[in-house]
Amino acid sequence: MSNASIEAIAAKSGQPFPGAPNNWQRFFTFSTDHKVIGIQYIVTAFVFFLIGGLLAMVMRGELITPEADLVDRTVYNALFTMHGTIMLFMWTFPVLNGLSNYLVPLMIGARDMAFPRLNAAAFWLVPVFGTLLMASFFVPGGPSQSGWWAYPPVSLQNPTGNLINGQVLWLLAVALSGVSSIMGAVNFVTTIFRMRAPGMGWFRMPAFCWTVLSAQMIQLFGLPSLTAGAVMLLLDLTAGTSFFDPARGGDPVLYQHFFWFYSHPAVYVIILPIFGTFSEVFPVYARKPLFGYRFVVVSSVIITVLSAMVWVHHMFASGTPSWMRMLFMFSTMLISVPTGVKVFAWVATVWGGKLRLDTPMLFALGGLVCFLFAGITGVMLGAVPFDIHVNNTYFVVGHFHYVIYGAAVMGVYAAIYHWFPKMTGHMYYEGLGKLHFALTFIGVNLNFFPMHPLGLMGMPRRVASYDPEFAYWNVIASLGGFLLGVSTLPFILNMISSWILGKRAAANPWNAIGLEWLIPSPPPVENFEEIPIVVSGPYGYGSYEPLVANNPAGELNSEHR
Amino acid sequence: MTTQHSLSPRTVALLVALAIADALISLWVGRQAYLWMPPQASAEAVLVDDLFGFLTTIGSFIFIGVTTALLVAVLFQRADKYDTSDGPAIEGNLLVEILWTTIPLGLVIWIAAYSYQIYDKMAILGPMEHMNHVPSLGLMPPAEAATLPAVPEKTPIEVHARQWAWEFYYPDQNITSTELHLPVNERARLVLTSEDVLHGFYIPAFRIKQDVIPGSSIDFGFTPIREGRYRLRDSDYSGTYFAANQGTVVIESAEAYQQWLADAAAQPLTVAENRAFREFSRAEERPISMGWKTVAPAPPPRVNYASAEDSSYE
Repeated sequence: MSNASIEAIAAKSGQPFPGAPNNWQRFFTFSTDHKVIGIQYIVTAFVFFLIGGLLAMVMRGELITPEADLVDRTVYNALFTMHGTIMLFMWTFPVLNGLSNYLVPLMIGARDMAFPRLNAAAFWLVPVFGTLLMASFFVPGGPSQSGWWAYPPVSLQNPTGNLINGQVLWLLAVALSGVSSIMGAVNFVTTIFRMRAPGMGWFRMPAFCWTVLSAQMIQLFGLPSLTAGAVMLLLDLTAGTSFFDPARGGDPVLYQHFFWFYSHPAVYVIILPIFGTFSEVFPVYARKPLFGYRFVVVSSVIITVLSAMVWVHHMFASGTPSWMRMLFMFSTMLISVPTGVKVFAWVATVWGGKLRLDTPMLFALGGLVCFLFAGITGVMLGAVPFDIHVNNTYFVVGHFHYVIYGAAVMGVYAAIYHWFPKMTGHMYYEGLGKLHFALTFIGVNLNFFPMHPLGLMGMPRRVASYDPEFAYWNVIASLGGFLLGVSTLPFILNMISSWILGKRAAANPWNAIGLEWLIPSPPPVENFEEIPIVVSGPYGYGSYEPLVANNPAGELNSEHR
Repeated sequence: MTTQHSLSPRTVALLVALAIADALISLWVGRQAYLWMPPQASAEAVLVDDLFGFLTTIGSFIFIGVTTALLVAVLFQRADKYDTSDGPAIEGNLLVEILWTTIPLGLVIWIAAYSYQIYDKMAILGPMEHMNHVPSLGLMPPAEAATLPAVPEKTPIEVHARQWAWEFYYPDQNITSTELHLPVNERARLVLTSEDVLHGFYIPAFRIKQDVIPGSSIDFGFTPIREGRYRLRDSDYSGTYFAANQGTVVIESAEAYQQWLADAAAQPLTVAENRAFREFSRAEERPISMGWKTVAPAPPPRVNYASAEDSSYE
């Protein structure tokens, strides 16, 4: 790509509001600065993470005894529905969009995203559909109680008979969330294609940007399917159509295809940026280049392609014909190959390095171990005969919580700690960070490991009561759940106190390689005084070569490698 | 790309020894996997457990290998406190990278092929398959199979799922029951139907599961091989009383089964005990509702043979 086009884009779009404020109030405005939007996403998402976590702790309270005694069954059903919905649509997707928003322009040497106003609009939809979702707690009949899949016909049963009910609000929120994510995806893909700094060819781009690109492409091809499915279900529920209602000639299994065509790839939307985080964090704290960079980044794109061909593995027990079961079993297992390439590459990156076990490294290592475990149970689940036994049991719940909490949330924590000095200009407290890691790692394993034996024994997911034989493992899981609740306290304390009182951070406190580390912490509004000219690959640890040919920080800062 | 370093014989010996140790531990873990499962009460269960043992063995080998490497690095490859220098600038090794792409690929093909083989043997009848197509399980020695009386093709037992009860109808005897009785060592043939929403027909001890889809009847089959009482659970979320939608499956000898059929046929229809209905009625009587409005459960089924609530099972 030519240098001219980059400069032209940057100069033309620039900052729609020059001289935007540089104080805390800017986080409550319609700011178009990708760094402000990034932090807005992260903080908003974290608030919802706490809400979703509280719901989960009430669920674990219910499940600590076999009987349905703590809350009414309808309440329990609403809790798991809202827990899943909030954790996916209000926490994981927004927090990862926030990290990507903050990091991608910095990493590729751009002054902002390609469409700053679209970016802000996409973010401000999050509080809108978040409020809509939370409002469903206060409508008659309560929130949706049909699980986060909202499978018809259960989702079409409307016991209150009201037009405005929890399920309608849920569908509106999910459809809006889809719109917001599509807006974000268009922006990310355009930014990465068009706004890389001169000299940053595809194979000089940091692995994190590769994973964001791969993830956002999934959003582009997958989300229309989910959003369309949600709208059709909404029409069935409110306007009397019968796409999915078998009583009126509809096909409930069709909805499952619409839903999973997006919602399985969605797992890769979540995990790919986490892979990117691992690929950024391991080299810094092992002081070694990312092993097999090209294999690692290309495998992200292969995962994107394969992820479009695996959705039916959620429906092995749904009356799926044998040929589909076998086809999707194989495609599902195939995904473990590019994923395995990454895992082995990270181990090889860490191996023989000079390790520094700072908090981001601890979270990345812990996340990798959890991901490995989840990957192995994932291949098991791909095997149709075994899946038929554990499908819709706690084995699946354990598997995906190892993915989402063990790998994704731990990866998000790794990223937040790693880039916290860059985002805030302050260092976090290492002791609190390590305490946070210890509580999280123990909590995750205590909470989610017992779910595997429970599933093997045949405990279905989504049950408010269960047979006494399952009590033992459930007690342990509940204790782990409460510990995970506690684990967020040192994190919150650390983030707030360090942001206000923490030691000032240098431009590059970790001695890391990357364009974002060449500019001051926090970066100025337009990031780069001078657009960097990239002259080498992203992970030159040990070769002591310059990354850029100029000084992107200009006069602001002369400290760079 | 760095040059390939040749490994010293001592390193190779150490790696081989570690791999053997890993393999031995994994084989042991794979054998333990059988103990994590419910009793093997169907021919399918035997096959599924073999597959699970195999998957557990391979999974353990990889998990132990990778975590050991990480643990060794974390314990012994830390930077000294004041060492700010970088590690070796190893950017990759093409041979190693090709190996760790192709070996997992081979492994995946192996796992998929083995799973396919198991699936083929199980031959759970999907709805797309012809109803009378009942493949032999290949488990029973031919001599023994020959001594079994030639059972004429029976009409399948109808399974009716609803919010929230399981009801079984034996068309040949015109019997209804809330307990599923089946003879041991004989392929059971069922037709699954739902009157309202999706349900899941799941008997953990049999390792079989099939969604029940309203608007279609699904042919389903399996072979119980062990007498006893087992739990039937609803596995596809079906609304408020989903968790309470359980049933009992009784596997008994052919004689006991015939006896049960005869006894049940002589019974008049009685209203069966139903947990969802009982809880719902109780909640309706309370002055203050503790939850949100729910779909009302269907009235308890009227059947010839009503299962005792929460009867013992394995």
